[in-house]
Amino acid sequence: MLEGLYIGVSSAFSLTNIMMVVGGCLIGTFIGMLPGLGPMSIIAIMIPVAITIGDPSSALILLAGVYYGAIFGGSTSSILINAPGIASTVATSFDGYPLARQGKAGKALTIAAIASFTGGTVGAILLMIFAPALASVALIFHSAEYFALMVLGLSAIAAFAGTGNVAKAVMMTILGLVIATVGEGALFNAPRFTMGIMDLQSGIGFITLAMAMFALPEALYLVMDPNRSKTGDGGSGKITNLRITRQEAKEITPVIGRQSIQGFLIGVLPGAGATIASFLGYAVERNLAKKEDQEKFGKGSVKGLAAPEAANNAAGTGSFVPLLTLGIPGSGTTAILLGALIALNVSPGPRLMIDEPQIFWAVIISMYIGNVVLLILNLPLIPYIAKILAVPRNYLIPFIIFFTMMGAYIGQNNATELLILTGLGVIATILRLADYPLAPLLIGFILGPMLENNFARSMQLYDGIGFIVERPMTLGLLAIAVLLIFLPSYRARRARLRAEGVADSD
Amino acid sequence: MALDRWIALVILLVFLAYGYAAWFTMDASLPPILQRNPIWPSSFPKVLSIAGALVSLAVIFNLEKSKLDAETREINYRRLHDYRVGQAVLLLAFMIAYALLLRPLGFLISTFLFLTLSSFVLGERRLVITMIVAAVAAGIVWYLVEQVLGIFLRPLPTFL
Repeated sequence: MLEGLYIGVSSAFSLTNIMMVVGGCLIGTFIGMLPGLGPMSIIAIMIPVAITIGDPSSALILLAGVYYGAIFGGSTSSILINAPGIASTVATSFDGYPLARQGKAGKALTIAAIASFTGGTVGAILLMIFAPALASVALIFHSAEYFALMVLGLSAIAAFAGTGNVAKAVMMTILGLVIATVGEGALFNAPRFTMGIMDLQSGIGFITLAMAMFALPEALYLVMDPNRSKTGDGGSGKITNLRITRQEAKEITPVIGRQSIQGFLIGVLPGAGATIASFLGYAVERNLAKKEDQEKFGKGSVKGLAAPEAANNAAGTGSFVPLLTLGIPGSGTTAILLGALIALNVSPGPRLMIDEPQIFWAVIISMYIGNVVLLILNLPLIPYIAKILAVPRNYLIPFIIFFTMMGAYIGQNNATELLILTGLGVIATILRLADYPLAPLLIGFILGPMLENNFARSMQLYDGIGFIVERPMTLGLLAIAVLLIFLPSYRARRARLRAEGVADSD
Repeated sequence: MALDRWIALVILLVFLAYGYAAWFTMDASLPPILQRNPIWPSSFPKVLSIAGALVSLAVIFNLEKSKLDAETREINYRRLHDYRVGQAVLLLAFMIAYALLLRPLGFLISTFLFLTLSSFVLGERRLVITMIVAAVAAGIVWYLVEQVLGIFLRPLPTFL
C-alpha cells in the first residue's frame, strides 16, 4: 500500500493534476449550486472536456473533483435558499435552512463544510483500505462470476434506487440493455438492430444518452414548473459569523464520526448511494439523540445538519469502491464515470490496480486534495460564490440546454446526434412524468456490452448455459439477485393481503 | 388506465418487435460456421426480449402497487395544462432547428440565435442584454472548443 501511496502522491501532485482537482472542484461547486443540475448532468457535460485531456488519471481526477464539488455546492444552496440542487442534499436543508433563517447561515455553512470534509476524508481512508482487499478477492472471479455479479449489481440498483416500484426499475434496466445491443458490438462483427439506419451503425453515444436522460428532462422540468427554480423565499442575505462554539463542536463530533463510517458503507452498496445515506444518517442521528435534542431536529439542530453532510460525502467516496475494484458502477454518477473511463481506453476492474496503479492511487490522493480544496474554497469564499445563485432562470435554462447539446455534439461531431438527443430527451421526460426511474436505464446501457461479453465467454467455456449451475458462486450471486427483485413485491403483497384480511373481518 | 401503464404497453411492443427480430430474422444471416458456436449474436437479445416482455406485463397488469400517488409527484401529468408546456415544446423546436442549422449557418450565428430566442421565449424582455450575453457566450465557447479542446467547429456560414 505504501508503494501505491507513493505512486499516487507523485502522480497527483503534478501541476496538471492539482489544477484538475482545483478546477473540477470549482466548476462542480458553481454548477452544483444552480437549481436543477445534479452531479450526473454536470459530469456528463464535463466528459468531452475530460476525454480531450487524454490522460486517464487526470481526466478521472477532474471528473471526481467535479463530483465532490457538486455535492458541496448542493449543500450550500440547500442551506442558503432551501433549494437543494441535488437529491443527496435534500436532508441538509431540513436543519440547514432553519439555521440560516435564524441568522446563523455562516455557522451552518461552517458545520456543513467541516462535516463534508471529515466525511470525505474518512471515506477516502476507508476506500484506500477496502478497495485493494476487495480487488484481490475479485481477481479469482471468472467471466461467469462477473456475469452474475453484474446481474446482481443491476438488480440491486433496480431494487433500491427506483421510486419504490421495482418492476418499473427492472423494465428500465432491460430497456437500457436492449439499447446497448444496437449497433456494431465488439463481440460479433456485424451490426445488430440498426434497422438499416446508418447513424445507428456505431450505436447510440453514451454521452448523448446521459444528457438525454438527466440534463435535458431537468431543464424541461425547470421550464414547465417555474417554482422549481425559484431562487429562495427571502433567504438570508448576509453571511457573517462563520465561527462555531466549543459546545457545538463537541455535539457534532460523534455524529460526524458515526455518519462518516455509516455513509461510506452505504455508498459501497450498489444502488444505495449518497441520497439514501444522507436520509438514513439524518434519521439514525435523530433516533440516537437525547430527548431535548430530538425536539430541535428540523428547527435548526447542528446535529441534524452535520449528519447528512458527513454521510453524503462519505457515501460519494464509498461509491468509488465497486467502480474501481470490480468495474461495476453502483450509482448513476459512477456509471457515467465508468463510461468516461471506457471512452479513455481504461478497463476498470480488479486488474486496474495491478496494470495501472497510478490511476487508482492518483484518484485516491486527489480525494484528499479535493477535500482540502473544498474546505478552503467553501469557508472564506462562500459569500461571493453564493452570488451565482442569483442567475435568472431566463438565462440559466437556455445555457443548460446549450451545454447539453454541446456535450452531445462535440463527442461525435455530427449534427444528427443533436436530433437523437432531442428525441431521447422527449422520451426521457415522458418516462419521468410517469415515474419511471432513469438511472437504471443508463446503468443498464453502460453495463450492457460487458454483461454480454462475460455471458458469451462463459457460454463458450461451458458450451452452453451450464455454467450457471456448475459454478456455485455464480449460482449463489444469481440467487441473491432474484431474491432482491422479488422480495420487495412479495413482502408488499403479503402486507396488502394481511391488510385486506383485517378489513374483511371488520 | 394511467400514463405509466400505457407507456409499459408501448415498451412491451418495442420488446416484442425486438424479440421478433432476435428470434426469427437475425439467425438467417448467420454463417454456417458460426452456427456451431454455443453463443450467437442473437442469444443475449433473445434472453432480454423475454425478460423485458415479462416485466412489461407485470407493470401493465399492475402486479406491484405503486407507492407514489399523484400528489407527491414533482409534476403531476394529469394537470399538465397548469404547467408551461408550450414553452418547453418551443425550446425543443429550437433544439431541432439548431441541429439543422448548425452546419449551414455556422456555430456563432446559430448559437447566438438559439440563446437569444430561448431567453426571449422564457420571458426575458431586456433584449440588448440578452443579445450581448448570447454573443459573448457563443464567442467564448467557440474559442474554448476550437482552440483549447482542439475540436473543429465551423464558426461562420458555409457561404462565407
